[in-house]
Amino acid sequence: MRFFRSRLSPPILLLMPAFVIIALVVALPLLFSLYTSFTGYRLVQPASLWQWVGWRNYQRLLTDVDFWWAFGRTLVFLTIALNLELVLGLGIALLIDKLTAGQRIIRTIMMFPMMFSPILVGFQFKYIFNDNVGLVNNAIQSLGWSDVTIPWLVNPVTANLAILMAEVWMSTPIFAILLLAGLMAMPRDPIEAAKVDGCNPWQVFRHITLPYLMPFVYIAMAIRSLDVARAYDMVKIMTNGGPAGRTELLWTLIARTGYQDARMGMANAMSYASILLSVYFTVYFFRKLAAARRTMGGVA
Amino acid sequence: MERSWQRWLIRFGIFVVMTIICLPGLWIVMTAFRDNVEVMARPPVWIPERWTLDNFRAILGMSENQQGIPVVRYFVNSLIISVTSTILALLIGMMGGYAFARYRFKGKNVAFLWLMLSRTVPGISLSLPVFMIWSRVGLIDTDFGVILVYLALNIPFTIWLIDGFFRQIPLSLSEAAQVDGCTRWQAFWKIEFPLAKSGIASAGIFAFLTSWNEFALASQLTRTTASKTLPVGLMDFTAQFTVDWTGMCAMAVIIIVPALLLTFIVQKHLIAGLTFGGVKG
Repeated sequence: MRFFRSRLSPPILLLMPAFVIIALVVALPLLFSLYTSFTGYRLVQPASLWQWVGWRNYQRLLTDVDFWWAFGRTLVFLTIALNLELVLGLGIALLIDKLTAGQRIIRTIMMFPMMFSPILVGFQFKYIFNDNVGLVNNAIQSLGWSDVTIPWLVNPVTANLAILMAEVWMSTPIFAILLLAGLMAMPRDPIEAAKVDGCNPWQVFRHITLPYLMPFVYIAMAIRSLDVARAYDMVKIMTNGGPAGRTELLWTLIARTGYQDARMGMANAMSYASILLSVYFTVYFFRKLAAARRTMGGVA
Repeated sequence: MERSWQRWLIRFGIFVVMTIICLPGLWIVMTAFRDNVEVMARPPVWIPERWTLDNFRAILGMSENQQGIPVVRYFVNSLIISVTSTILALLIGMMGGYAFARYRFKGKNVAFLWLMLSRTVPGISLSLPVFMIWSRVGLIDTDFGVILVYLALNIPFTIWLIDGFFRQIPLSLSEAAQVDGCTRWQAFWKIEFPLAKSGIASAGIFAFLTSWNEFALASQLTRTTASKTLPVGLMDFTAQFTVDWTGMCAMAVIIIVPALLLTFIVQKHLIAGLTFGGVKG
């Protein structure tokens, strides 16, 4: 083929379309939004796109209480959610691994939440936690535990818990499935040897199973870190940041500032904070994954 | 067995987990086929007493008294956008994955890292500048505008998965074919492509699911029935003060069924795709 004989080397040619698209849709727009974050651009006043304000947006962000609340809440939310998903996923994977029959059907059911659109997951939990028609309140009242209708999504604490639950419901199965695949691929000999040498089940788990699973943990985390911002969809439909901004995450705040308040310059400054946050998560887990791959050598 | 109580404990644990996973979805499906009166009923009606298709008729605009939401139009838009962006992402992803798996070149690791970083940009953050640019060049509210964005979302992960699958295929196979007189192009199509097929299929499913389910970008880049997708259309129900629960549930069923069908068809490749695309390499 003439394709392979052109002056550019084959890998460059093969990667060209991918990089052209990414440049057009991601890189260039992000450069534009970097510029915009230094202007006082408002959607309703097109001329303000050329109004250079220097670091003003960023300076305001530093003292913006709402922004720091949203930022802090996002960090806490992600930390709790990722750890919870990992621990629950590991627990579920260990349970299924011990099962003698029906593993396949259970694994298939586990894939169910992965196919859900985040917006659907949000809607599903909005419905379940609704104060009047929700499944949770219906159950509580039918069981006679309480007669009051608990406003789950109106109370700030329970609203945040409901969002966390939606997030965990959606993402735990990915961890469980990947860790289960790791458990199944694990050689049995080292475990038998350790048992013969007198290790108790906890020691076997801590010193043999867990180290072997680590690369799978990092794959799950790396895949997950690519898409941390999808909690936006859930919050958007469940509470839309309310009550009184108490479930506001960084991403919903960006949408509100940019589209509702039309303060595009400011929203772009905020979105750089969110991009840095995502990049931090991704780089961290991909480095862990690369390190784990090196120590695994040819095992996997 | 001496530890049968342990086995029962494990089964019980699994049962609880499966219930938590299945119950929310089951509740939605039941509501979709319920009479609207039952939703509000006190005491609650658990299993629908009369299964009905009225909710689907209503949102599809087939009943006279209720104004329907253009669900069919949204469905068609979703389908066009998802299928097109998936096919294009697979083509471009195969080229990229092959380049990463089979060639050494300068800056390979850096290129891969930047590719992944481009995927990590939150949808809503990306939507701001894309919205500004797309409205200037007239791509707002067009299928093409959304397809282009989804293509960029799907390419990195597609390349990552396909790269992992090509690496699993021993280089000696295609070399042998080339010694026997195949060109590299023929060796690719006759040897490597058929062997990587299941991996490519699973990459395709992930690309399709991403596009089919995406909301943050689509909600800003689409406006009317010209390009609105199903997830964005779901928000049509919440615009009013009263929420139409049965209608929303019916719409939810319409969104989830194609994704379910597709995933079950290729489910055994999916797990392999996720794990070994990632571990090996």
